[in-house]
Amino acid sequence: MKIDRRGFLKIGGLGILGVAAKPVIDVVSKVKLAEASAKKRVLVEKRLAMVVNLKNCKEGCTDCIDACHRLHNVPNITNPKDEVKWIWTESYENAFPDQEHRFIGGGMKGSPAILLCNHCDNPSCVRVCPTKATFKRKDGIVMMDYHRCIGCRFCMAACPYGSRSFNWRDPRPFIKKINPDFPTRTKGVVEKCNFCEERLAKGLIPACVESCKNKALVFGNVEDPNSEIREILRSNYTIRRKPGLGTGPQIYYIV
Amino acid sequence: MNNRGMIIAGIIIFLCMITFPIWYNVVGGKAAYTPEFKIVSKEKQCVESTKYMRAKHMQLLNDWRNSVVRDGKRTYTALDGKKYDMSLSNTCLNCHSNKADFCDKCHNYVEVTPTCWNCHVVPEGNKL
Repeated sequence: MKIDRRGFLKIGGLGILGVAAKPVIDVVSKVKLAEASAKKRVLVEKRLAMVVNLKNCKEGCTDCIDACHRLHNVPNITNPKDEVKWIWTESYENAFPDQEHRFIGGGMKGSPAILLCNHCDNPSCVRVCPTKATFKRKDGIVMMDYHRCIGCRFCMAACPYGSRSFNWRDPRPFIKKINPDFPTRTKGVVEKCNFCEERLAKGLIPACVESCKNKALVFGNVEDPNSEIREILRSNYTIRRKPGLGTGPQIYYIV
Repeated sequence: MNNRGMIIAGIIIFLCMITFPIWYNVVGGKAAYTPEFKIVSKEKQCVESTKYMRAKHMQLLNDWRNSVVRDGKRTYTALDGKKYDMSLSNTCLNCHSNKADFCDKCHNYVEVTPTCWNCHVVPEGNKL
């Protein structure tokens, strides 16, 4: 077969067009989309979560906050611009802004809700961290590696729960008594609740749960259908903070 | 060269001045200064051999850090099979109770400033 120059260019051009069309066809064919959504819910053996029973939470009691902050060397900085918090209280209507209305009853209006890091299933802080200093463990704990934190505060912007605090100043002068078993943080890093990861490693429950005398806090593995936390979730109606954002928060509230 | 004598004399003076620190120490008998280390420890044997620790303690500590923080594995098995809790404040400094002599003296000498102690707490009773 004799091929002239014009014919060769035509065939070559068609070939290149075919190669270029491949990615376009991939997008339209939905193959990748199906793969991604299949991965979304994977089977795990352990998923740590917490239930906060606001009915049992006594107003004015700060046992859980004190225990956590003492144990983790959280500085007590009174200036709200610089403050650092791992577990704290906020009024019900501010904690659950999408539940707010004029006639909130049952004594909930203005009553304090215990807030902490939600250890989300789909944590936005992990997604934005440029150094992977924040990461999600297999058991669901959203952890921070302070060694890698560069203090960019992207995670603070991303977290819809205000669970992260930045160390604007050296925290050590603001710690009453330093617990030698846990490091402090340094100026220029972000910090947050770690679900007492260091206590769990020793087989202990989180300090806030242990310190609560009224059993307002329950901690456990929600993947275990026989666990105490699952029993509580079964027998009570629970809500979560800002579930519509799709972060999958794992702190459940009984109101 | 018109001022050969002056130039050569100048070069010699310049060389003498620039090498002053070297021959001053040689004449004074203080050549090759090294700091005196005081290794204080409760145990006879560190987690690994002294030679290894001297050369590689920074890598070992980095490995410990990554293992504890990122993988949640806190037990170190040494070459001789002994097990240790991977903790800078509790394992290392509990045994080496003289941070000032043990860590700082050498770090100052080689002019490195590790940032460990910005966050990690030096146990009480440890000489700062």
